[in-house]
Amino acid sequence: MTNEEIKSAVTALFPTVTFDETGEFLNILIDSKDLRPLIKALRYNNEFDCDFLFCLTCIDWKTHLTMVYHLLSKKHKHAFVVKAKIADINNPEIETVSDIWQTANFHEREVYDLFGVKFLNHPDLRRIMLDEDWEGHPLRKSYVDENMISI
Amino acid sequence: MSLLGEDIMTEEGEFVINIGPQHPSTHGVLHLKVWLDGEMIKKVQPHLGYIHRSIEKMSESLSYRNFIYATSRMDYLSAHINNQACALCVEKGLQVEVPPRAQIIRILMAELTRLSSHQLWWGCTGLDLGAVTPFFYAFREREAVLAIMEESCGARLTQNYCVPGGVMYDIHPNFQNRVKDVIKQIKSKFQEYDDILSGNVIFEQRTKGVGYLSPEDAVSFGCTGPTARGSGVSCDVRKWFPYDGYEKVQFKEILETGGDCYARYMVRMAEMKQSVYIIEQLIDHIPEGDFQAKTKAVIKLPKGEFYQRVETARGELGVYIVSDGAASPYRIKYRSPNFSNLSALGHMATGSKIGDLVAIMATIDLVIPDVDR
Repeated sequence: MTNEEIKSAVTALFPTVTFDETGEFLNILIDSKDLRPLIKALRYNNEFDCDFLFCLTCIDWKTHLTMVYHLLSKKHKHAFVVKAKIADINNPEIETVSDIWQTANFHEREVYDLFGVKFLNHPDLRRIMLDEDWEGHPLRKSYVDENMISI
Repeated sequence: MSLLGEDIMTEEGEFVINIGPQHPSTHGVLHLKVWLDGEMIKKVQPHLGYIHRSIEKMSESLSYRNFIYATSRMDYLSAHINNQACALCVEKGLQVEVPPRAQIIRILMAELTRLSSHQLWWGCTGLDLGAVTPFFYAFREREAVLAIMEESCGARLTQNYCVPGGVMYDIHPNFQNRVKDVIKQIKSKFQEYDDILSGNVIFEQRTKGVGYLSPEDAVSFGCTGPTARGSGVSCDVRKWFPYDGYEKVQFKEILETGGDCYARYMVRMAEMKQSVYIIEQLIDHIPEGDFQAKTKAVIKLPKGEFYQRVETARGELGVYIVSDGAASPYRIKYRSPNFSNLSALGHMATGSKIGDLVAIMATIDLVIPDVDR
């Protein structure tokens, strides 16, 4: 599908979403609370059929966090991005997508480890890179490590 | 968490054993906790992060010229292709045209990298499954490839040859002749590779039907590269999203439908031949001209987001740069192929014998620094 077709199809299902077309991909912007229904539609509706989650990450904007999901459909060969805004930076929470794409299991654990985002209903939410007793989440902009040396 | 201090037998009578982090067959510091019922694997839990260097965090304080060098240390067997991904992503942000000469040099180097990486994998796979000889045969040809790298790039493994706008230096005057010699030598050895390992009865018995991965699971786990193509999933970035002029080069995307260790093995063996084919097409047609486009001394990307993916020897590497207009990236994410491929390991190994775990790991071709980053 072209970007215009995706926009009209998504708007028909979810009238509240907004779009950003300034980048390489079409961005679908949504609040973190409304993520699950949108993601499910994008995965299971035949018109979207996004079977490949090729990147899952998070961005710390200091005032809020943004979860970024890069989706691709192997069948339709279209790709776009879903961005979910998490407003509560002190206690960030979002629904998991690991039951929809199995790759999200490890990727969400990485985001939990390095950003501190809690994924609700995740089957095995543990730190993945750092030790279990590590304090803080290093990829947050507010993270301070006095041993860090800048060259 | 003390892993070694826990009971080695669960209430259901399953043995819990630790493989790694210092185990030769893990090809690095990967720690696998394995639940066993007799010899049968019930569950595999990978524990990562033993060499997590926080490359993404480091890159946030490095300039757009410097952050590329850290990526040579991720997948150190595809160092050149990692650098290429970063350079392409920065070029995408700057909207710089790369000179044709630089593009061809990059492709040639990338395919040489793929060849050397697959050769090392071939040797190690034999080693893991009990055949020691292939390792020496593979390294004989691999050293010749690395010597070419050293001559033009100045380094054997961490080449750092790609810079935003092109390549760092022009190729060495001997480059074309040496590549032709090495390619000729490698081509004559393919039959030997097949004779020594591919057709070996013991090898076939240890790999055929072992570690099955269905196409649906391969996509769901985000597997890419030969791991997914062994299950018949088309995912070659060079075909799907061509970069650096791959659209002008003729080659086949290798697909096998077996989904087992043997299929993944055959994909890589055939890919080596395709790499040779690509190099043969280009080596006599390196255009004259600049090897680097002019860029500013201090690179600043415009505000926005840039995503670039390339096909490394192990699968799809994605570089995701978020820029706020400053001289260093606001956020960088590396979508590394090994991280996703590793997540499928538990699924593939469950239900097979403990000895097959080594065969499965060998044919996923794990490089741990790329998993941990």
